[in-house]
Amino acid sequence: MRGSLRGADAPLFQIFPLPCQGRGIKGVGCKINSMNMEDKILLAHGGGGKLSHDLIEQSFLPHLANPILNKLEDSAVFELSGRLAFTTDSYTVNPIFFPGGDIGKLAVCGTVNDLSMSGARPLYLSLSFIIEEGFAVADLKKVIASIKKAADEAEVTIVTGDTKVVNRGSADKLFINTAGIGIVPERVDISAANARVGDIVIINGNIGDHGIAVLSQREGLKFQVPVPSDCAPLNKLVAEMLETSGNIHCLRDPTRGGLATTLNDFAEQSDVGIRIEEDKIPVDKAVLAACELLGFDPIYIANEGKLVAVVAPDDADLILKKIKRNKYGGEAAIIGEVVAEHPGKVVMKTSLGASRIVDMPVGELLPRIC
Amino acid sequence: MKFVNEYRDPELGRKLLDRIHKRSRKHTRLMEFCGGHTVAIFKHGLRQLLPDNIEMLSGPGCPVCVTAIADLDRAIALARLPGVIITSFGDMVRVPGSHSSLQQVKAEGADVRIVYSVQDALAIARENPDKHIIFIGIGFETTAPTVAASILQAEEEGINNYYVLSLHKICPPIMKALLDLGEVRLSGIICPGHVSTIIGSHPYQFIPDEYGIACAVSGFEPLDMLLAVDMLVNQIETEQPGVEIAYRRGVKPEGNTQAVRLMETVFEVADANWRGIGVVPLSGLQPRAPYDKYDAEKKFEIDPGPTNEPRGCICGSILRGVSTPLDCRLFGTKCTPEHPVGPCMVSAEGSCATYYHYGDDNV
Repeated sequence: MRGSLRGADAPLFQIFPLPCQGRGIKGVGCKINSMNMEDKILLAHGGGGKLSHDLIEQSFLPHLANPILNKLEDSAVFELSGRLAFTTDSYTVNPIFFPGGDIGKLAVCGTVNDLSMSGARPLYLSLSFIIEEGFAVADLKKVIASIKKAADEAEVTIVTGDTKVVNRGSADKLFINTAGIGIVPERVDISAANARVGDIVIINGNIGDHGIAVLSQREGLKFQVPVPSDCAPLNKLVAEMLETSGNIHCLRDPTRGGLATTLNDFAEQSDVGIRIEEDKIPVDKAVLAACELLGFDPIYIANEGKLVAVVAPDDADLILKKIKRNKYGGEAAIIGEVVAEHPGKVVMKTSLGASRIVDMPVGELLPRIC
Repeated sequence: MKFVNEYRDPELGRKLLDRIHKRSRKHTRLMEFCGGHTVAIFKHGLRQLLPDNIEMLSGPGCPVCVTAIADLDRAIALARLPGVIITSFGDMVRVPGSHSSLQQVKAEGADVRIVYSVQDALAIARENPDKHIIFIGIGFETTAPTVAASILQAEEEGINNYYVLSLHKICPPIMKALLDLGEVRLSGIICPGHVSTIIGSHPYQFIPDEYGIACAVSGFEPLDMLLAVDMLVNQIETEQPGVEIAYRRGVKPEGNTQAVRLMETVFEVADANWRGIGVVPLSGLQPRAPYDKYDAEKKFEIDPGPTNEPRGCICGSILRGVSTPLDCRLFGTKCTPEHPVGPCMVSAEGSCATYYHYGDDNV
């Protein structure tokens, strides 16, 4: 693929304003002094001239250069064989920096995790920025450094990219899109439709950390929680699980909508019932406290470093042990099982021994009024 | 945080349940006043654990649900005025009015902002001196003191572009109105938790005295609720109705006198329009002089047009405890949380949303 970059003399990343909003480049770029360059992203940074070049040289290249990207073609070209997994996601988190991560780390981990949940080994990512005019260059550099760090940990390569600058107000600071390609090993068949009666449901740790960490930083709702986001690449954990057992039936990262949504997806798509036990679901005390204050249920809160696995009962203990040894699985637990009753529904046994339906959430979670 | 799991202790829960099962003999019909109570009962599956002779009914204690359509239409009409920013708690923007909702007029270009606290509304007023900021004041005695405080703060800071559409309601008068309607024969009432932290437990004394009905104030954890039921069963079985508090860590018999004083400084008691019940004398709050200059109703002239109740919606009789969501023909079909017809399906604390999310008992 040619592409990340545009022609031989153009830099790695295309930086163009959106056609309808951008300003002409000629003569603008050279009037901007270098102080501004250090300071804020300008529409002129999308001009393709000196400012664009400098931005790429100083901000993008030092971190992201690699042999495929460096070819400066319109698209990245590489060899792959086998069953491919391909996914894309856009990241618009607000605020862009939060305890435990930032939008850059999230953009890498989210796409790596989406690939991993089909059992794929993630290999290559694309990276596309939409930047609001006035965004601090220093912040952009921080985000790019964080992207590099996350990509290194996950051992994925960013092979193509793009940047657009839009007028102030046309985007909220910074949006990132990543797409990813991975290879699904032979005989791996993971799907939300594969849960079977008798299977065991496992989660790799405390739920709700990401959602509460981000919410705690929101304007108008600032509160202190000693819990950072769980944002993490899970591809190595998944690879270890797949090595341990060939009987992993469903995998999903419970991001937006939380654990409840993922379990409902499994139940619906596999046409089975799922029973979970409230007491067995791991939740950090501080997250539980924040949820109580705001009137939320942690099973609906977003995670960014969690996976829910539905596995054959005979392998469950072995898989759980393996997960617990991974650095992203210390608090892993068996939380329930797949049953023949109430197909399509998730039912939770409460601490007091009663049962209740766990439904899909509707709309955005809002703090209680009274 | 301490004091979450402590109030969910399964062992203590089972002991309370044992005692309730042993003591309760009479057919007992209890109303939990608060929407928050209904949610707690369903979330923890308490109905399944109580004896069959104890029937639980949901009451009108959901601030969004009891807001009359006519009042909703007024909020929507205010949102359409030029130069106005409407600030509101989240659930409220989704409730359908006669012809539209705050959410819909927002999509059409009105400036409607969801706030988490009335202080946020005041901050928006400070930041936008050239706009009129109207806070849609809903809720019971729990939220009214904070709104009163915001008005006093606006006064102190000289903020003159901040207004409140006061749809606040107070609890004891509506409890009396429901009992006088006589539609449901109650044996006991689980009195509101957060409201009682403000007003205390004394204002409910008329209920056992004049109506012979048992009362217990409850919090929102399973043990709070079970203790309240245990107290009520005891009062009912011994035929000694009174007012007890099963929520001592939050509620004192005399309440929070400072908050009450704040509320009384800014507001005066006025008639209020309750959805499905109608205008109940002296059951609401409106800003009194000199704070009536913050009253959005007095400041802005609007014509919300004729009101139009959604056909088939029985939110009104659900709020009175006469019907349950399962009696509604629209429930789960035409009326769902995605496409709510009535407010009880919109609010997180509405009976219909609770029934819908947590399912009916036996699963």
